[in-house]
Amino acid sequence: MTHINIASLEIGQQIGSSEYLLTRDSLVRYAGASGDFNPIHYRDDFAKSVGLDGVLAHGMLTMGVAAQVAADWVGDAGRIIDYGVRFTKPVWVDAVDGAVLVVTGKIGEIDLENHKVRIDISATFNETGVLGKAQAWVRL
Amino acid sequence: MVNPNVQGKTYPATNPYLVGREKIREFAHAVKSTSAVNLDLLSAQAAGYTDLVAPPTFAVVIQERSLATVLADPEADIDFSRVVHGDQRFVYNRPIVAGDELTSELTVASVKSLGAHSMVTFETKIFDISRDLVCTAISTLVVRGED
Repeated sequence: MTHINIASLEIGQQIGSSEYLLTRDSLVRYAGASGDFNPIHYRDDFAKSVGLDGVLAHGMLTMGVAAQVAADWVGDAGRIIDYGVRFTKPVWVDAVDGAVLVVTGKIGEIDLENHKVRIDISATFNETGVLGKAQAWVRL
Repeated sequence: MVNPNVQGKTYPATNPYLVGREKIREFAHAVKSTSAVNLDLLSAQAAGYTDLVAPPTFAVVIQERSLATVLADPEADIDFSRVVHGDQRFVYNRPIVAGDELTSELTVASVKSLGAHSMVTFETKIFDISRDLVCTAISTLVVRGED
């Protein structure tokens, strides 16, 4: 059981909001942890040679960080049973300043019968959404 | 262009991947998780798990092993330097925990053309050592056409 009473929830209810600073260090760390060593995520010269504006965060890093709003709310990351996103915009990570990702979550759907709720997640960088249809089903 | 004939093709199961406790911690730190079940063994056990729980996107590590097989397949003809990740989804039957030995089997669910670009959707089934389905990972890659 969790501390959350499903009957008390309302559609549209905000469940949390956090800011995450993604730096080049974050990208290198994620590359190592995930095994995704595509140089567009750590080399400006390479990123530019393939027509990008610069180094961008791994989409999977953004997706992974964005999941935290749901994990923190439910208090047990193992209760996220279905999580999907579309990658709609790149997150450019400046070598000096990094990039700030703002993640918020709200209740999108309540399934009383199966005791689960859908969290609709928003992730923005420079006030632009970078994930589309980011939804996490959480078992309560 | 991606070869449309690989639609429906299933690739052989990958060799087992043993999920390590420290790998979970490393991945959890990388995605900025502060969830106790990802990081602290006693908390994970108190929540009813046998060991540390992997963050929900950890299955990408297993999916990548299958994807590498496809990208190396000359029949599929996917130019990795032109690949952009379009979407990703993980559907779990149960969470991945440290100690799991996981294999994955990838099927090319669809190949679509969108002008000069191709969109390829992969469905990767991740099994534990008892052959029970743990997670289904669904991933769409956009392969940009020649400029």
